[in-house]
Amino acid sequence: MPTTRRQFLSLAGGVTVAGAVPIVTLRPLEATPAMLNAAIRNVVGEAQIRSGRVKLDIPPLVENGNTVPMTVSVASAMTADDHVKSIHVFNEKNPQPNIGNFYLSPSSGRAQVSTRIRLADTQKVVAIARLSDDTFWQIAAEIVVTLAACTEEMN
Amino acid sequence: MAALINVPAKARRGDIIEIRTLTSHIMETGFRHTADGKLVPRDIITSFTCRYNGTEIFRADLFPAIAANLYLSFFTVAKESGKFEFEWIGDNGYSSTASASIIVE
Repeated sequence: MPTTRRQFLSLAGGVTVAGAVPIVTLRPLEATPAMLNAAIRNVVGEAQIRSGRVKLDIPPLVENGNTVPMTVSVASAMTADDHVKSIHVFNEKNPQPNIGNFYLSPSSGRAQVSTRIRLADTQKVVAIARLSDDTFWQIAAEIVVTLAACTEEMN
Repeated sequence: MAALINVPAKARRGDIIEIRTLTSHIMETGFRHTADGKLVPRDIITSFTCRYNGTEIFRADLFPAIAANLYLSFFTVAKESGKFEFEWIGDNGYSSTASASIIVE
């Protein structure tokens, strides 16, 4: 049966709507939530991860995933007895789940790190802090990315 | 100059100061292909270290998910006058160093 104009238009409309949801883009190279969990467990081990204390400052919507400013800070006195040992940042859907590990000490004074990252897709970013008493605290943020990074073709 | 370092020239003892560094580097992810389908090999900075008068105060392990031209900002307590030394290490034997001095009153 030949496609009628009406059918064609409704189909095209459907594609546009679907196109607004970036998850539709098929990209074989991506870290799955399972890889994210594995990467987190690699750092944390079997320890319990609690929510809170960590703050992740990252724009909720980015146009260009090639350079996304990100600041992680942790509420901590940064004394010899109570400080942040390290901050670990992970993503869900880049080809690799790791973003960076940052090692601090009481002489840091303030537990805050900023950098610029790449995001290959609309996804979740997780920041985990390891405190001096070996407790782990985390926060996650959802970021919508309109132009993906990491896997695009080179010109 | 390969790196831009921003450290306050003077600080009072005990002040918490911010250190910002910017390095020019392509940070090729190793996941991109050329138009004819060849994989572009990875070329990134994998490690950054900052030492304050010889003592390590900040270190980072970096992955392809870090944007090109590595930017890092972190904090430290100004304890004594002296020198900050920065070191970047990466793929293909990449190594770069820089330093900045501070006067603590």
